[in-house]
Amino acid sequence: MGLFSSRKTRFVDTDILVIGGGFGGCGATYESRYWGRNLKVTLVEKANIERSGAVAHGLSAINCYMGMRWGENQPEDFVRYARDDLMGLVREDLVFDIARHVDATVHMFEEWGLPIMKDPETGRYLREGRWQVMIHGESYKPIIAEAARKAASEVHNRIMVTHLLMDQTHPNRIAGAVGFNVRDGSFLVFRAKAVIVAAGGASHIFKPRSAGEGAGRTWYAPWSSASAYGLVLRAGARMVQMENRVVLARFKDGYGPVGAWFLLLGATDTNANGDNYIAARFEEMKSMVGKYAETRPMPTCLRNHAMLQELKDGKGPIYMHTQPVLDTKEKEAIGWEDFLDMTVGQAVVWASQNIDPREKPSELITSEPYIMGSHATCSGAWASGPEDCAPADYQWGYNRMTTVEGLFGAGDTIGGSAHKFSSGSFTEGRIAGKAAVRYVMAMAGKTPQVDETQISVLREEIFRPLENHETGRNEIVAGSVAPGYISPLQGLQRLEKIMDEYGGGISTLYVTSEPMLNRGLELLGMLKEDLAHIGAEDLHQLQRAWELNHRVWTSEAVLRHTLFRQETRWPGYYYRGDYPKLNDADWHAFTASQYDVRTGEWQMSKLPVHHIIA
Amino acid sequence: MPTFTYMTRCDGCGECVDICPSDIMHIDPVYRRSYNIEPNFCWECYSCVKACPQHAIDVRGYADFAPLGHSVRVLREEASGTISWKIRYRDGREKAFSFPIRTTPWGSIKPPTEYEAPDADALNSPLLAHEPTALMVAALPTLLPFETKQE
Ligand SMILES: Cc1cc2nc3c(=O)[nH]c(=O)nc-3n(C[C@H](O)[C@H](O)[C@H](O)COP(=O)(O)OP(=O)(O)OC[C@H]3O[C@@H](n4cnc5c(N)ncnc54)[C@H](O)[C@@H]3O)c2cc1C
Ligand code: SF4
Ligand code: SF4
Repeated sequence: MGLFSSRKTRFVDTDILVIGGGFGGCGATYESRYWGRNLKVTLVEKANIERSGAVAHGLSAINCYMGMRWGENQPEDFVRYARDDLMGLVREDLVFDIARHVDATVHMFEEWGLPIMKDPETGRYLREGRWQVMIHGESYKPIIAEAARKAASEVHNRIMVTHLLMDQTHPNRIAGAVGFNVRDGSFLVFRAKAVIVAAGGASHIFKPRSAGEGAGRTWYAPWSSASAYGLVLRAGARMVQMENRVVLARFKDGYGPVGAWFLLLGATDTNANGDNYIAARFEEMKSMVGKYAETRPMPTCLRNHAMLQELKDGKGPIYMHTQPVLDTKEKEAIGWEDFLDMTVGQAVVWASQNIDPREKPSELITSEPYIMGSHATCSGAWASGPEDCAPADYQWGYNRMTTVEGLFGAGDTIGGSAHKFSSGSFTEGRIAGKAAVRYVMAMAGKTPQVDETQISVLREEIFRPLENHETGRNEIVAGSVAPGYISPLQGLQRLEKIMDEYGGGISTLYVTSEPMLNRGLELLGMLKEDLAHIGAEDLHQLQRAWELNHRVWTSEAVLRHTLFRQETRWPGYYYRGDYPKLNDADWHAFTASQYDVRTGEWQMSKLPVHHIIA
Repeated sequence: MPTFTYMTRCDGCGECVDICPSDIMHIDPVYRRSYNIEPNFCWECYSCVKACPQHAIDVRGYADFAPLGHSVRVLREEASGTISWKIRYRDGREKAFSFPIRTTPWGSIKPPTEYEAPDADALNSPLLAHEPTALMVAALPTLLPFETKQE
């Protein structure tokens, strides 16, 4: 310990702590300051909020906007859409709540300076599809970050948050968080009255399709490290729908999104023979999932399913026919901007492989699975709903509070409410921010207390990977093979292999089963033990070590939930080979888990799905 | 397409280190210039490329699927509010595009504290900041409580 005892410890006391300065976190920061004029609001981020999170690149569309002012859609319509896409299972109260506020969020973005494209004929926002509006979004993140910076009392960049802190006297109440400064190695202790976790979703849980150097080119950002789940579930928060991983059909290798191509430009995709394969597989899908196959637009997972069946039948590659729709200069620019604003790598694939989208079609393929709560999927923490319209068993006080007192969430963190995307995640951050202010005001005078021993135990645990390396490397001459430790990357590769082969990744074409999941859990258990033997060479590797830790805990939740749900609810996301059909009679329910820190046990349960919208 | 730094252009200012969301642009202790320490954790997000005052960072498509000989260059100009791209194909063809990035001056966003402080009634309502005005409809939509509906 001597080696590291000179390490500085810094204490930060705050009323509200926001963890993660992405879309949810920036929204939470803005709103907490608006309502909590006299409160201290602290935003902590592992990167630099100017370009952090899933929107570091920028985006080319806002995927959640009602257009109530033009009578385009009502929040109820959006609930039906999200519910249909997720085969009946969403928290309708949460989805409704986002939908009713999201327009105001988007109007704020426009006022702040985000260029939103307009339809020249109507003067309204240019629609990509029913719910999406087109933007010139290269600077989407810096604009939103500017608003958050101006709202926050303090922004702490480059702090990797590793654990949440609990109140000494009320074991189910939050008291803050700890982490370390990735630049100077100091140990940070944040003591807070309320905490809002907005630390984003997860890539690199399952092995990606890219190999070697390309491993960073996943669809969701490689820095989406599952911290949202890794943090809250270990604090004992109830989790929901962790089996609901998302697989997305994307342009091959570059992972360019398909939305603008299908919806705005009107391109179509076919199998290699030029057939519309989705329509051809309708009856087959109906036999698996019944009435849900009749939903229009067809649920995301079912579209994947059709694509997979084609590939299995040798009818691939699947092609997106970009050529016929880029018939004017304007449309060509829209097509390119779509990727240059949000997935530059796709433009590089085109340039390097000599693909001019005006002349040649591009391949599509299904991605590896991702764990997140803001897209066509809804993994995350079980949260209290809006006071004015959530069913009684969906609310216990404050909107977006998890089952841990004073612990709130937003964006990918919160489960059950799919299709939030950027604008909805920011909106959910605002909802959580306001609720956290009310919570802090109500709890005035009852400040949580942090136990000194809890802090020193964590301090030791957090920096242990540096010591593991320091001592372990003396056993070997040089190189990366040591008997006593593995690197964070080696650990990540083991995790991805386990999840891929046993949890329903690309190598089994997304199929898993009870024996496979149990074997996966067994191997994951050993990886969890090996987490105590990760060796980190420097502070960067220490960040990777803790990202791995959060990914491993999240993966355990994914496997446990997948094992618990004995049906195939979302063919195309994953298949339980032993229960190949959707089973509404037994499984029209949320799956929930709760980890007990004291006993180390997981408790699985079913929670009811209430349909509050006809 | 992970990034790399041109030796002769970089002056070691550290802007790229400061911005990279993946924490992988680091300054080499010997050469005192930046390099990508972990290309397999690069998302090719171009944040560092856009931020470099010397235009010293470029990208070469990921070796596992991008053949050599291409380039995708960018110039982001905050003052004029535009971003310009130049794409060169492996076979030499070129394309150029330019798009707007922001409609207001940088730094012009009004902090939430500069708006009139809300009262206690507003705090206890479901309304968020600037609502209902910002919604551009008369009122925030609500639902009948679920329990009432079931009766
Ligand atoms: C390629 C792509 C295309 C997309 N297209 C669209 C689109 O067209 N339209 C749309 O609306 N949405 C789109 N999205 C989705 C949108 O980006 C997400 O839904 C949204 O960003 C989620 O918000 P969040 O706050 O939950 O996560 P993020 O925005 O990812 O923020 C999470 C933040 O937490 C930080 N963090 C993580 N772990 C820690 C830790 N341990 N300690 C401290 N900080 C931490 C991260 O650095 C990050 O800043 C797209 C996403 C991607 C990747
Ligand atoms: S920003 Fe440019 S000049 Fe500065 S260190 Fe990075 S590469 Fe070098
Ligand atoms: S392109 Fe993005 S991820 Fe890659 S080094 Fe630059 S800032 Fe980092």
